[in-house]
Amino acid sequence: MHELLNTLSTLDLSPFALSFKLATITTLILFIVTLPLAWVLSQSKSKVKPIIESIVSLPLVLPPSVLGFYLLVAFSSFDLAFTFKGLIVASCFYSLPFMVQPLQGGFESLNKNMIESSYIAGKSKWVTLFRVALPNIKPALMTALIITFAHTVGEFGVVLMIGGSIPDETRVASIAIYDLMNNLEYGKAHIYSAIMLLISFFVLLSVYIFNHKQKYFKGVRA
Amino acid sequence: MISLKINKALCGAKGEMSLEVDLEIEQGEFLAISGESGAGKSTLLRILAGLEEAEGEVVVDGQSWRNFPVQKRQIGFVFQDFGLFENMSVEQNLLFVANDRVLAEKLLEITQLSELKKRKPNTLSGGQKQRVALARAFMSRPKILLLDEPLSALNPEMRLKLQKEILKLHQRFGCTTLMVSHDASDIYRMASRVVVMELGKIVKDGTAKEVFSTDSSCLIGEVLEVQQNRVIVLVGQQLIELEVSKDKQLNIGDHIKLESYLAF
Repeated sequence: MHELLNTLSTLDLSPFALSFKLATITTLILFIVTLPLAWVLSQSKSKVKPIIESIVSLPLVLPPSVLGFYLLVAFSSFDLAFTFKGLIVASCFYSLPFMVQPLQGGFESLNKNMIESSYIAGKSKWVTLFRVALPNIKPALMTALIITFAHTVGEFGVVLMIGGSIPDETRVASIAIYDLMNNLEYGKAHIYSAIMLLISFFVLLSVYIFNHKQKYFKGVRA
Repeated sequence: MISLKINKALCGAKGEMSLEVDLEIEQGEFLAISGESGAGKSTLLRILAGLEEAEGEVVVDGQSWRNFPVQKRQIGFVFQDFGLFENMSVEQNLLFVANDRVLAEKLLEITQLSELKKRKPNTLSGGQKQRVALARAFMSRPKILLLDEPLSALNPEMRLKLQKEILKLHQRFGCTTLMVSHDASDIYRMASRVVVMELGKIVKDGTAKEVFSTDSSCLIGEVLEVQQNRVIVLVGQQLIELEVSKDKQLNIGDHIKLESYLAF
């Protein structure tokens, strides 16, 4: 018991802080950049749409080492390897489908006539996006933001290849656990892993509770 | 004046068909479009609104509407499923179209929605939603009003009242109105002209009286129940019990002619 308390008091939480910083920035960037993309994709009947959708979904199926390899090659001319900025760029690629897919799905499920009513009212595509479409896909929006955040926190392979393990720069929580394992520090590895497990669980729980409430609320009032 | 000469391949109720319409509509006219479902009526409205593309030409007041964006067409549209903005209250639905509180109040009053103006659409009944959609369609002071079965979800009393109100607003705003409807009473009371569509083509064009009165000396009824020498027949929305001669064999679902009647 004494040993556990001692371990807890000396616990370095900076990898978690770094993970959350990385996840917050990545989520914000992806939201701003991919919101128009998801909107355009949802409204498009273009023949190139499946190609763009495939590219967006690639990080779901590619081994992180493949993504990491190409990013390292690309980073060699930008001086981004083993830096926090490099991690942000890599995370944006890695978590791309987790932001785009829920948003696009949300937009596609909207009543088409509601969107058309906005156009008929003389409103542009952008006004329609922000005043009509976005406020009506709250559950999808919530899912996109939180899953992107959680997925970035849980990132490992790409971070290892791009960032290595530089304390306070690229040593995020998942890397820290890997290092602790390698150094046979099982006590700390246990605590770190438990924290990650709990955070991940409560993040998912909050998404499901929010979406359940939204559906329940709509169902009762309809 | 609206001139439509359009052609579009459609996947209708009976397989592929082509929508071929050549139609001229005078300024201020109230045109009803009737016909079976899948005949292309709604598509015709959507093409005029700029929501769907078609080959051919749409000319409004001498100006071609080819590549003319939907946002600039100054139309009002009542969709069959209303298309209300779910995130906004009834009042906000109207004000989103045009920030004109006086007009919004007036329209809410006419459609008897003043009490419900703070409510969100998903808390309203079908009939109430339909009235919101109607009120909203007039907010842009439309030049052209497109109504896709605008009264279908209303009870007879509200229907009668709104028939009058739509007519009044149509005249007040001086708009040209196209209304898709199956209901002969809506069409008779409101429309100055009716076209009937079948499989993408206009097959009849005239006043409601000309189009709907095929044979004024008889009524058509549907047999609902057969008893020994009596049958229950549905004529319009009314049930009539009739005696039948013994040698006449009638079955449920048969359509029969009722002749020789007098109004008294």
